[in-house]
Amino acid sequence: MPLSWLVLLVLALAAAGYFIGRIRVLKLAGGDIRALHSLPIYYGTNVALSVAVPAIAVLLVWLLAQPTLIERSVSGMIAPEMIPEGSNLNLVMSDVRRVADGLNTAISGGAMSLAEVEAMDATVVDVRARLGELGVALGQDVRPEVLAAAKSYRSAAVTGNTLRTLIVLALAGIGFGISFSKTKPDYRARNVVERAVLALLMAAASLAILTTVGIVLSMLFETINFFGLHNWRDFFFGTTWAPNFRGDSELSILPLLWGTLYISFIALLVAVPIGLFAAIYLSEYAGPKTRAIAKPLLEILAGIPTIVYGLFALLTVGPLLVNMFGQSGSLGLGWMSGATSVLTAGIVMGIMLIPFVSSLSDDIINAVPQTMRDGSLGLGATPSETIRQVVIPAALPGIVGAILLAASRAIGETMIVVMGAGAIAKFSANPFESMTTITTRIVSQLTGDGDFASPETLVAFALGLSLFVLTLGLNVLALYIVRKYREQYE
Amino acid sequence: MTDTTQNTGAVTPISSLHTLDARTKRRNAAENRFKLYGMIAIGIGLLMLVTLLTTILSKGTGAFTQTFVTMEVELLESKLDKSGERDLEKIKKVTTFGYAPLIKTAFEKTVEIHGIETDLKSKTMAKILSKSAASQLRNYVIANPDQIGQTIEFRFLANSRVDGYMKGRVTRDSIANDKNITPAQLDFVDQLIEAGALKKTFNIDFIIGADASDQRPEAAGIGVAMMGSLFMMLVVLALALPIGVAASIYLEEFAPKNWITDIIEVNISNLAAVPSIVFGILGLAVFINYMHLPQSAPLVGGLVLTLMTLPTIIISTRAALKAVPPSIRDAALGVGASKMQAVFHHVLPLAAPGILTGTIIGLAQALGETAPLLLIGMIGFIASNMPETVGEGLLSPNSAMPAQIYEWAKRADPAFYERAWGGIIILLIFLISMNTLAVLLRRRFERRW
Amino acid sequence: MYDTEKLGTDVNQTETKISARNVQVYYGDTHAIKDVNVDIDAKSVTAFIGPSGCGKSTFLRCINRMNDTIDVCRVEGDIKIDGEDIYDKRVDPVQLRAKVGMVFQKPNPFPKSIYDNIAYGPRIHGLAKNKADLDEIVEKSLRRGAIWNEVKDRLHAPGTGLSGGQQQRLCIARAVATEPEVLLMDEPCSALDPIATAQVEELIDELRDQYSVVIVTHSMQQAARVSQKTAFFHLGNLVEYGDTSQIFTNPKDERTESYITGRIG
Repeated sequence: MPLSWLVLLVLALAAAGYFIGRIRVLKLAGGDIRALHSLPIYYGTNVALSVAVPAIAVLLVWLLAQPTLIERSVSGMIAPEMIPEGSNLNLVMSDVRRVADGLNTAISGGAMSLAEVEAMDATVVDVRARLGELGVALGQDVRPEVLAAAKSYRSAAVTGNTLRTLIVLALAGIGFGISFSKTKPDYRARNVVERAVLALLMAAASLAILTTVGIVLSMLFETINFFGLHNWRDFFFGTTWAPNFRGDSELSILPLLWGTLYISFIALLVAVPIGLFAAIYLSEYAGPKTRAIAKPLLEILAGIPTIVYGLFALLTVGPLLVNMFGQSGSLGLGWMSGATSVLTAGIVMGIMLIPFVSSLSDDIINAVPQTMRDGSLGLGATPSETIRQVVIPAALPGIVGAILLAASRAIGETMIVVMGAGAIAKFSANPFESMTTITTRIVSQLTGDGDFASPETLVAFALGLSLFVLTLGLNVLALYIVRKYREQYE
Repeated sequence: MTDTTQNTGAVTPISSLHTLDARTKRRNAAENRFKLYGMIAIGIGLLMLVTLLTTILSKGTGAFTQTFVTMEVELLESKLDKSGERDLEKIKKVTTFGYAPLIKTAFEKTVEIHGIETDLKSKTMAKILSKSAASQLRNYVIANPDQIGQTIEFRFLANSRVDGYMKGRVTRDSIANDKNITPAQLDFVDQLIEAGALKKTFNIDFIIGADASDQRPEAAGIGVAMMGSLFMMLVVLALALPIGVAASIYLEEFAPKNWITDIIEVNISNLAAVPSIVFGILGLAVFINYMHLPQSAPLVGGLVLTLMTLPTIIISTRAALKAVPPSIRDAALGVGASKMQAVFHHVLPLAAPGILTGTIIGLAQALGETAPLLLIGMIGFIASNMPETVGEGLLSPNSAMPAQIYEWAKRADPAFYERAWGGIIILLIFLISMNTLAVLLRRRFERRW
Repeated sequence: MYDTEKLGTDVNQTETKISARNVQVYYGDTHAIKDVNVDIDAKSVTAFIGPSGCGKSTFLRCINRMNDTIDVCRVEGDIKIDGEDIYDKRVDPVQLRAKVGMVFQKPNPFPKSIYDNIAYGPRIHGLAKNKADLDEIVEKSLRRGAIWNEVKDRLHAPGTGLSGGQQQRLCIARAVATEPEVLLMDEPCSALDPIATAQVEELIDELRDQYSVVIVTHSMQQAARVSQKTAFFHLGNLVEYGDTSQIFTNPKDERTESYITGRIG
């Protein structure tokens, strides 16, 4: 039974259970609602939840587990010596899956019978041509061991799916039976339902933990794989980034980290003074009218998607900078050879971060108590003296926290650097040169047909994990500082 | 002013308040400078906003118009349906090559009708059309087989150089080394303009059409990618809203103060700041490599964006729940409602506008997100047809608006750049409408307790 | 607590430091101060009393133009210090506030060291020629603030680490450091415990041999203890103004009498 049908069936059963539970308890109570412990809807909901929740939960676990189990048993059929030169187990397994899918289509479409499939022999029949006729395109000829694996893959999947259907439906039935028999007027249906709902709410909240665990694990496993194929010392301490798909790559994070930090530094150089002064002006000088207009306008900058900034960097700011600093530029300096550069990406990222810095600083400056300003003004200080010598020093920890948050944003930003920074990994202090960043490399190593067994692809996971750790560390530090700061004035 | 007349016998002040000493003047100058820095900062911010918006508008509006050549075409039965049976299968067998002669003839006829004097051969004339002109005509014939044998007026897409010429992007100087167009062809274009056969008009296909290969920027549209975005948003809405609301209700109303709750809270605030590309890696590793969900599918994109949007929705939903005063809960509990009933019957409906506003803003964020989509393969020239069913919309490979824009920007052709800017206009229109809706909802339902 | 001899000599001094004529204050549409006329003596303590919201603090803040920092606030009428109109266009509030110091309800030391707190005013006004000079000003001010003995060993510790009463005396010392002629105090003891209050009151009494002190207080006992003259405000009006002893023993207006006997307020 297809998955969607199974889900719909379970849901239909649950819906039916709802009405049956309701009707039954009302009948038992002789139609008198006052004889019930809970309202009728709770009896109905109890039945519905008993039908749906265990069944769907088992289904989800099954969906997650079955592919791994089958894969593990089938991949044992492919001996290491059978893997062709230049390929690997993963690629062979994806062939196996594709062939198995093809066989499935053939059977469900009625083009081949089950027996025909079982009898098919790759040494005799051209499986690729045969499946091609049925509209299943295969990239290469099917070798006997692949076909054999595909057959057992298919049969395991079919058995698994049948078993899955049976177990899920059985669970739904059992849930229905138990809850139905419990549906009596004195049954505390509301308490049971509320406990179940609470459990669901809790499960939803736990998804946050699950996501984090998912992020860490998914990158950790592949990173471990990567370090199995590539020397970790080269990754952390090497000085060259030169992926080479024939093998023998030098994959060091340091030049990428340099590019990332350099661009982020330029971005902060643009965003922090502008953002901070804007926040100071808005919170200390501007009248309510100016604030009501300027603040939302500035915040529009924060709502613009990064792809827009990326395009702006690539097509507007980059060429503009070349026109100024390039070979035939207006300044005649010849410093810049292409539109992509550290400066291009840095400036545009800085523009993006202006509202981020200004709204965070605005909050933080506003948290400085008014009595502090009064104290200074009352001594005859000018507003600017008050701001520079009292408000800013008092707000400094919070502002540092805000800048760290902005830095973490800049480090993790992808589209602007992908489009504006360039692709050359190097250590250079020249902001007019194009450089590359961690995020850019993640995108370029993982887009296109990556081979998930080569260090050149897997390095992206190690880069991702490093990026995650770096930004997480900055965030935790920043949030800690900001919280400490706020507590001081509460 | 008469300073000392009034207070007879008073100590004469050392310095009068009515004269500024040099130091105060200096300090006031510093004050004004400081204030000016603030104004300059705001000015720069606003200037950037204006620059960005005018750049987008000035470069992108061109994408909404397109140059067409309108000609009379005779749909010769001898070429298109030799059997004369109007059998669709047979008509479909005629490839675009079969249509090329019709177009050439059409040009010859057009030149004749308008009395255009030119040395160009009809084959060279036909080159001013898009490479998809023939398939345009073929699609029309397949849709209207009854028109075969008649002469129809047909609007052909001009190619991107001619379009660029009409929009001022291409000039006679700039085509010196261009193999795709010659000055003679431009002369011919001028003659056609004069004759009224070549015109720049509004191009609905940009908004509803599909992407085209990198040889035919004039035929590319963002419509299919828009559908991809739409399906992703449906997934995000269907998953992130219920899960986010459930999680918020738990954390705000039921969670005991213990270390598990603390861990969840810390997790949520940190997830909100995880770079989006990391979610892309998660999607690639878990949904595609592990669970073998189809690559490039809006479903997977939606799942990734759901995980990314959840923290935003949870944070705003919790704020909305927190804004409902405890007295409402007390009132419900006081008449014997259970805590769950108090929350679902009273608190949640009162917090609904706030939750909705937060959800819309979360969706708007997700709509503009690009980086994670690149990793799960929603990039490149993927889908050329509109999905026909919901299942197909969710599972068949597609792109999304921001990814499509990125794809165009990568193609390094000014004609595609124009489309990228145009795509941004459409994307921004969506974002602006969503945010306006959120603001309106907040204004309409905002309650001060 | 009181130096009776000093009290006796002060009664004869009637030199006017601050004179207010027809002062009106508006907060947006609210008329907060209505037509107030008052002459405040030099080198004496004047107390403003009255129920909450009667405008006594608002009027106090007019005297050093602290109300300028509130956008919606508008002041009309004349306030003269030593005969000079402080709302004249030529007056820079910054210069004015150096001359008219202020101490606030809640002790508000800056998050800096004790030394820097005191030195802040002299530095911005350029009162010290060099470091030694500044050290001297700081010591002198802390002595005037009657807090020198408690903090002389930890001048570089943060001012926020002091107790509430010490913080308030630090704030008074800070105000004194700019060599003002008038000291405005806005309920300076309301956040303090009785012992700290007594110390601050004693300090106020000492301050009046150099400064005109104007103190807003909601405590009638405090007004009676520290001031020579008292002004009673009610609903934005200055109801009665006179010698403190007269106000408390023989009020002329029945509203004043109601207030000091506890019937309104």
